[in-house]
Amino acid sequence: MPDSPAAWPRPALPRLSARATYRLAPLLRPNPVYRRIAGWLERHPRALGWFTSAEKQSKEALFGCRMCGQCALPATGYACPMTCPKQLRNGPCGGVAANGDCEVYPGVTCVWVTAWERAEATGHGADLQKLQRPVDHRLTGASSWVQYWQGRDADLWTADGGLKITPTIFRTERT
Amino acid sequence: MNPGRGGLRAAIDAGRFVVTAEIGPPRGADPDAIAAKAELLRGWVDAANVTDNQGAHVRLTSLAGSLLAAQAGVEPVMQLTCRDRNRIALQSELIAAGALGVPNVLLLTGDHPVYGDHPDAKAVFDLDSLQLVWTARTLRERGRLLSGRTVEPRPQWLIGAVENPFAPPLRFRAARLGKKVAAGAEFVQTQFVFDVGVFQRWMGEVRDLGLPERCAVIAGVGPIRSLRACEFMRHKVPGIHVPDEVVRRLRGVPADRVAAEGQAICVETVRRLRETAGVAGVHVMAFGHERGVPEILYDAGLGEPVHVSDPAVSRAR
Repeated sequence: MPDSPAAWPRPALPRLSARATYRLAPLLRPNPVYRRIAGWLERHPRALGWFTSAEKQSKEALFGCRMCGQCALPATGYACPMTCPKQLRNGPCGGVAANGDCEVYPGVTCVWVTAWERAEATGHGADLQKLQRPVDHRLTGASSWVQYWQGRDADLWTADGGLKITPTIFRTERT
Repeated sequence: MNPGRGGLRAAIDAGRFVVTAEIGPPRGADPDAIAAKAELLRGWVDAANVTDNQGAHVRLTSLAGSLLAAQAGVEPVMQLTCRDRNRIALQSELIAAGALGVPNVLLLTGDHPVYGDHPDAKAVFDLDSLQLVWTARTLRERGRLLSGRTVEPRPQWLIGAVENPFAPPLRFRAARLGKKVAAGAEFVQTQFVFDVGVFQRWMGEVRDLGLPERCAVIAGVGPIRSLRACEFMRHKVPGIHVPDEVVRRLRGVPADRVAAEGQAICVETVRRLRETAGVAGVHVMAFGHERGVPEILYDAGLGEPVHVSDPAVSRAR
């Protein structure tokens, strides 16, 4: 195989243990104060820029975040699926090597293998069975925390409908 | 083509053991290449996949290939990958397939361009394979695009997906198929089965999830025709698992017997898969050796003896 170009997303190993991340995550959960902060930030573009930049720095360092603006981490064992070279949001591709390595980056563990191990080890394995809706590319570069606090992240994924009915693919139902 | 009820769908509905194969379109602008391959398969298979720039190598497009296969008398399964098209082009291709009466589509992520003949290409991956299956189901069942706009009349193809029971994380693979079934997959073709034990373990989990009642599981098989091909599959093709036992058997015969031994292993595998609960059929991938497919099917008890007198088959034997 040719040298893998750096341009492709590269599977990131989270710097924070799964247990620690699941323990810290509730600190970011939406509440009225956060919602007001988010609303204020959206009215003040410069402050929003600083805030977004701070979010980027921290999430990049911890999870290899690529700022898709619609964070899937809570449903993926806090391993970022956007660091998959194919940016798969719903699980690993069929090319994972027998030792768990990414097919595009031999020597680097598939981010979905990491996600599965982290989610299983902390009792969150069922999260990976949720159906992740298509990414909205208009949000690339946006603060996912602001989106989250404003309640716009609520429909990023859905349960499987018990196989009886196909759940809707639309984030907001259209009529 | 018969839009609506294809041969593959009829076979699945009737609970008949399904046989599918693969037709790789040519690199040249040659309409006869597909007809020649289809000729070898006609009468032996319920349908044949027409691959979509397989291995990220440029070939004639799968929609055109599907039409050529249908003209040559083989029902096509049009493969469509997320690698080269965004959601606009993917939906457009699905609608085109519907309008032209392509009876089956197989929706997959696709090999990464680094493996192909254009490693300098942009990889698209706007949707993932599950989202593409979900999109197709939404198009067909609800007559809606991802934008919410209506599609009328709706396409009628059968929706297929793929799964690799042999790639880590092994314990997630049945659940991953479950996700695709939840999103709308009606049949699934698997990666090559060389390790029947691992496959049967996966199949047990698939049965436990109740998936075979909603989605026909078609197991991938194929002959390894040389030691070189064996090494290539083991080390160069992502996601293929060739167990040591198979390698030992191939190495244990004289060089001129390797192809026959590979074929024998393939036939044995098909026979064991037929006896595995929940397996709806086999998908024979012969890698450019289409003329060997009828013989494998015949030896596995999956062909009509009348076909053996067919001149094309006689040549193969």
